[in-house]
Amino acid sequence: MEDRIIYIKPKTGLLEIEWGNLLSYKDLIFLFVKRSFISKYKQTILGPLWFLINPLITSFIYTIVFGKIAGLSTEGVPQLAFYLCSTAIWQYFAACFMGNANTFVDNAGIFGKVYFPRITMPISTVIFSLINFAVTFLLSCAINIYYAFTGQGIYIGIQFLLVPLLLVQTALLGLGCGIIVSSLTTKYRDLQVLVSFGVQLWMYATPVVYSSSVFSGKARQLIMLNPMSPIVCNYRYAMLGCGEFELKSWAFSWVVTLFISLVGIVMFNRVEKTFMDLV
Amino acid sequence: MENIAVRIDHLSKEYRLGTIGRETLSAELQSKWAKIRKKEDPNSRIGEDEGTIGKKFWALDDINLEIHKGEAVGIIGHNGAGKSTLLKILSRVTAPTKGNAELHGRVASMLEVGTGFHPELTGRENIYMNGAILGMSKKEVDEKIEDIIEFSECRQFIDTPVKRYSSGMYVKLAFAVAAHLDAEIMIMDEVLAVGDIKFQQKCLGKMDDAAQGEGKTVLYVSHNMSTIRQLCTRCIVLDHGKIVFDGEVEKAIDIYSDIGRGELLPQYDLSDAKRPSLEHGKHTRILEWKLNDGRKTADFFNNERLSFDMCIKTDMNEERIGMYIAICHESSIPVGIYQTNSMGRLDAGTCKWFRMSLDLDRLAPGVYYFELDVFRMNSLGNATSVDHPKKKIFFEIHDAGDNKYIQWQRKYYGSARLGEIVIE
Repeated sequence: MEDRIIYIKPKTGLLEIEWGNLLSYKDLIFLFVKRSFISKYKQTILGPLWFLINPLITSFIYTIVFGKIAGLSTEGVPQLAFYLCSTAIWQYFAACFMGNANTFVDNAGIFGKVYFPRITMPISTVIFSLINFAVTFLLSCAINIYYAFTGQGIYIGIQFLLVPLLLVQTALLGLGCGIIVSSLTTKYRDLQVLVSFGVQLWMYATPVVYSSSVFSGKARQLIMLNPMSPIVCNYRYAMLGCGEFELKSWAFSWVVTLFISLVGIVMFNRVEKTFMDLV
Repeated sequence: MENIAVRIDHLSKEYRLGTIGRETLSAELQSKWAKIRKKEDPNSRIGEDEGTIGKKFWALDDINLEIHKGEAVGIIGHNGAGKSTLLKILSRVTAPTKGNAELHGRVASMLEVGTGFHPELTGRENIYMNGAILGMSKKEVDEKIEDIIEFSECRQFIDTPVKRYSSGMYVKLAFAVAAHLDAEIMIMDEVLAVGDIKFQQKCLGKMDDAAQGEGKTVLYVSHNMSTIRQLCTRCIVLDHGKIVFDGEVEKAIDIYSDIGRGELLPQYDLSDAKRPSLEHGKHTRILEWKLNDGRKTADFFNNERLSFDMCIKTDMNEERIGMYIAICHESSIPVGIYQTNSMGRLDAGTCKWFRMSLDLDRLAPGVYYFELDVFRMNSLGNATSVDHPKKKIFFEIHDAGDNKYIQWQRKYYGSARLGEIVIE
């Protein structure tokens, strides 16, 4: 029998995460996902149907408030399809972000008693949110196909292949932001309050309920500095064929995403060793 | 070298006293700002001075330890001695401040039972959940699930959410998972303190098998000395973050229990010693006790007799008195009693010396103590204690080296030698 040796040292390297070890905990990741699923929908009548109802109602409200009342342009795309698409990608980001923002504080009970790679927790949150997203995504696809066939301004083409790439980026960005906040909240609880509020604000700074075409010139450049903006725009471009493909700002957004996830992992790694003494 | 399971090298853990930082980010910035302007910190509490804040505290102080495979090591110590901190570091829940440790093999740490149990999940789902948290793969749990359910005694409720479980069932299920973990090193913090006695014994048995039968290494923290005695082959006493003793279990428990070795005095003045009640020693009173063969310490070989003189004073006529001596091992475990027949009669107003002796051959080597008790017997033969000085008289017995008996193991044998088996 092979003799695995575990070394316990005061400090570890900045990026030293036991990725190999993570693989042996893959069952744990799926159990965490399952646990989130069960704990969320046990003893509810509609159960996982809430996965559908939630984005649908949100989209309807957006359609009424921003589409009908405010009369914002949706670039010639049926409003429901437009808002459902935007909501899907934004909610995925928000779920990755907010779901991970309290990782350490919420799981102090488990983390304080037993060792497993802490990163399993955020990863499972991302996967759980992905299930959530997938349901909305399928619904959104069905609606888009219907509109496309009835010729109502939706073009589905090769750009659809961008979707996986955009999803990976959204997950990375959400995860990165989430674990940065969760690493900071071990010491300062202020951020906890700020996060849900901040995500709301962030949404309005992102072309989710409006299209990026409402801005031009400097204002547009400014809004595109927000790493989520090109993601949402390009996601709509991929799904609906509306607007323009944002290449330059998307490249910048990738740089920001990679930077944030790197910072996130470094901070997470530092905090996970000692947070039990701080929380 | 080959069979080392745990090696701990100059391990230390430091904690800061007082609140760590300010509670909120803004308060922290406020404090920093005040410091820059050399103003008083608006967030400092009344009475908080430089002395308490930022003071360091070593929860573990330079621990060195080697544990071999198959050893069951007990870790005992008073609250705050650093036991749990040590286990936390070994289970990688928190990192040490200095020093290193090496663990050879998979570690199962049970700092708490039922970690990660989710109330909404059923017993069966929680077995998978808990198993995964402890590092088992789904396949491993699949193989063991029947054993786990059997061990937990919860088969009937296994598909019910654990929020409906009684706390006992909950704990049983949790322990069952942990006990079936296929790890080479098991770390347990007081986990057996829960569950009924029958289940505790079952768990101890399981642990014992793991250590002795399967060659697993067990690290066990408990305040329950009887479980330490039962399970451990070696024991470590921690005090203020340092190892103060490492070795034989009984010895460690003695040190922990703070009894230490009572002084082996040859003489005691008992006239003013405390009595258990006002009735004791009211009329008849033991005044003095001393060894009568000129020894300077109460130190004997087991083939000798403990011979002493004792002075009793009385102010009433005692028709028939007797006395007994209850021997306890220094760890407070009773061994048995010596008893007189009638010591005869005492006349009022006299002070009488008695000379007595005890045969020590039935006692195993070790340190013992006893208290004296004089009783009155009535005509029906019932005894009433008349005096009982609350003073422990210590003595020690050494093996005479005549090879009459096998090597004594108190953990298994206790302290009394009941005698020879007669070959017929």
